Amino acid sequence: MGWAPRLKDAALAALVAFALALPLAGFQTADTGQGFTTRFDWVAIAAGAAFAGKLLLGLVPRRFHLRQRAARRTALPENQAMPIAGAALVAFAVLLPVLPFSSRALVDLATVALIYVMLGWGLNIVVGLAGLLNLGYAAFYAVGAYSFALAAHWYGLTFWEMLPLAGLLAAVSGILLGLPVLRLRGDYLAIVTLGFGEIVRIVLNNWSPVTGGPNGVNDVPRPTFFGMPIAARAPEGVTTFNDFFHLAYNPMQRVMFLYYVCLAAALVINWFSLRIRRLPVGRAWEALREDEIACRALGLNPTTIKLSAFAISAMIGGFAGVFFAARAGFVSPESFNFQESATILAIVVLGGMGSQLGIVLAGVVLATLPEFGRDLAQFRMLFFGAAMVAIMIWRPRGFFSTRAPSVRLDPP
Amino acid sequence: MAYFLQQLVNGLALGAIYALIAIGYTMVYGIVGMINFAHGEIFMIGAFISLIGFLVLGALGITWVPLALLLVLLLAMGFTAVYGWTVERIAYRPLRGSFRLAPLISAIGMSIFLQNYVLLIQGAHEKTLPPVISGGFVLMQSGGFAVQVSWLQLIIVGVTLALMAAFTAMIQLTPLGRAQRATEQDMTMAALLGIDVDRTISLTFVIGAALAAVAGLMVTMQYGVIDFFIGFLAGVKAFTAAVLGGIGSLPGAVLGGLLIGLIEAFWSGYFPSEYKDVAVFAVLILVLMFRPSGLLGRPEVEKV
Repeated sequence: MGWAPRLKDAALAALVAFALALPLAGFQTADTGQGFTTRFDWVAIAAGAAFAGKLLLGLVPRRFHLRQRAARRTALPENQAMPIAGAALVAFAVLLPVLPFSSRALVDLATVALIYVMLGWGLNIVVGLAGLLNLGYAAFYAVGAYSFALAAHWYGLTFWEMLPLAGLLAAVSGILLGLPVLRLRGDYLAIVTLGFGEIVRIVLNNWSPVTGGPNGVNDVPRPTFFGMPIAARAPEGVTTFNDFFHLAYNPMQRVMFLYYVCLAAALVINWFSLRIRRLPVGRAWEALREDEIACRALGLNPTTIKLSAFAISAMIGGFAGVFFAARAGFVSPESFNFQESATILAIVVLGGMGSQLGIVLAGVVLATLPEFGRDLAQFRMLFFGAAMVAIMIWRPRGFFSTRAPSVRLDPP
Repeated sequence: MAYFLQQLVNGLALGAIYALIAIGYTMVYGIVGMINFAHGEIFMIGAFISLIGFLVLGALGITWVPLALLLVLLLAMGFTAVYGWTVERIAYRPLRGSFRLAPLISAIGMSIFLQNYVLLIQGAHEKTLPPVISGGFVLMQSGGFAVQVSWLQLIIVGVTLALMAAFTAMIQLTPLGRAQRATEQDMTMAALLGIDVDRTISLTFVIGAALAAVAGLMVTMQYGVIDFFIGFLAGVKAFTAAVLGGIGSLPGAVLGGLLIGLIEAFWSGYFPSEYKDVAVFAVLILVLMFRPSGLLGRPEVEKV
């Protein structure tokens, strides 16, 4: 390609960037009143950047184009380092609270990250394995969190009583949603799940006598150690964990305890997900993802298989919800909006659909990013939106994808 | 009775706006078979460009309403169309032939990106615009309740019907419309017969975005308050309208849009209005369960 067409291409890109930037970046509307300020320098920068970017991209030889390479190789091959990396990660997670640089805030943050990882793994079963896009996953998260918070508020049930029950309730809600809609095509299903997520949020927000409305529920109890609360002082007739073990009370203990419970649950979920992929039902999920018509021809019932994926995924979301409520001490509808569903989906997509380890990395990055400052938090969703597009274009199987088939015709 | 009539008027005006957005969904779905999830954000961008257009024209001293309205309409359609074109070029075109969920995930990413882009450059505050066209007339008076119809509501319904007629004519009569219908039926065959498929798809997105911009302008004038988040709900409702009418069908999109507008208006009029969105989502789920091809759509045949 000569210089003239390259320059023409770049000029066109600059023109498009100019047209994109002029109305929205060029004029900033005032927050009050009818005023506005102009920022034509931003428009010039956008157009200049597009011109330079297009020109430089044109200079890159064709064989280095990312898309050309991605066509040949869809993902990093699964290698022997993965199990070792996983084990190292587990060891690090176990030791984290006792490491010298550790603090209460850090352990608390790690708990948040673990909850996101759990949610990612849960959504991954539906999106990554069964190939069904769920845009309302936060609804199941909300069912878990609210069923714990409300049962504790109205009936005085404890964390350990509600953990299995909340998971069960979330699974039932998954089945209730799934039964009528699982016959639908993939993209219709996505929109219906989105609608379901919004319905749950709107009901939680407006059914004030039961759910507390926008204020939510405030008195969510903390998990106890075999019935003994971890606290400085206990109500009459109750032995605290600290009295029993003759330990001085330290708020760090409570945070650490929740962290370890969360970690244990996450490890169980991980083990469960890895195992179920090798069971007939797990294989049926992946087969269904690849070709539904072929599955039906082989005598599999797509509806029951999809329903099982939906229910298990919802159950994991429900567990994560209980941990969320126990950590925060309160729940409110705003924690379960579409933004939250999109964030969890971003974890699954960025981590590589079907990859357990990738989801851990994506979940940790996503949960810790807001801690690096408000400015970064503002750009977080912008970045994730762009990253989701970029990954679909260049690495549709995710960054760390190890979506190797769980069964091979020629075992290595 | 008068109250019923008032809700009918309000519902039709609201439904006309949904119909304009729904046409964009239905055209794109018809031609490339994907839900353009970012379409709601395109509508939101159209609303912002309209608002900025009014402010800038006001500052330039162009205050004669018909001229200002026409200029803002053209500016908003033009600039928003560039957004529609760019979204298709960046996020969807490279994914043609990728795996099933890829375009949908890319569209969701684009939607999140555009929403936060507007949030960052225009701020999270609600933006207000004083009424551009005010006044109206009383349709009927009964029992101390006057049924009001504003000029704006008339304009909204009129513009929607005019655009609807224009686009139906375009699809039926012009070479572009023929190319669109051919691409919709079989992309490969259309390409073999000399149709520039890429260009046809791009133009479909451009037209959809321009119509969404008109809807954005109408919302800005009708409600006078917009923020970066309006695209999400409007997008889902317009999509519901497209599905209700039968996705892929242009008259269906308009019918669905009007029905959704009426459902919303009547629900707000007679039931607790906090649950009006629930009513719309419930309609979506029920339609997909019992009549997935919609009111005017053709049933879909699954091919191996």
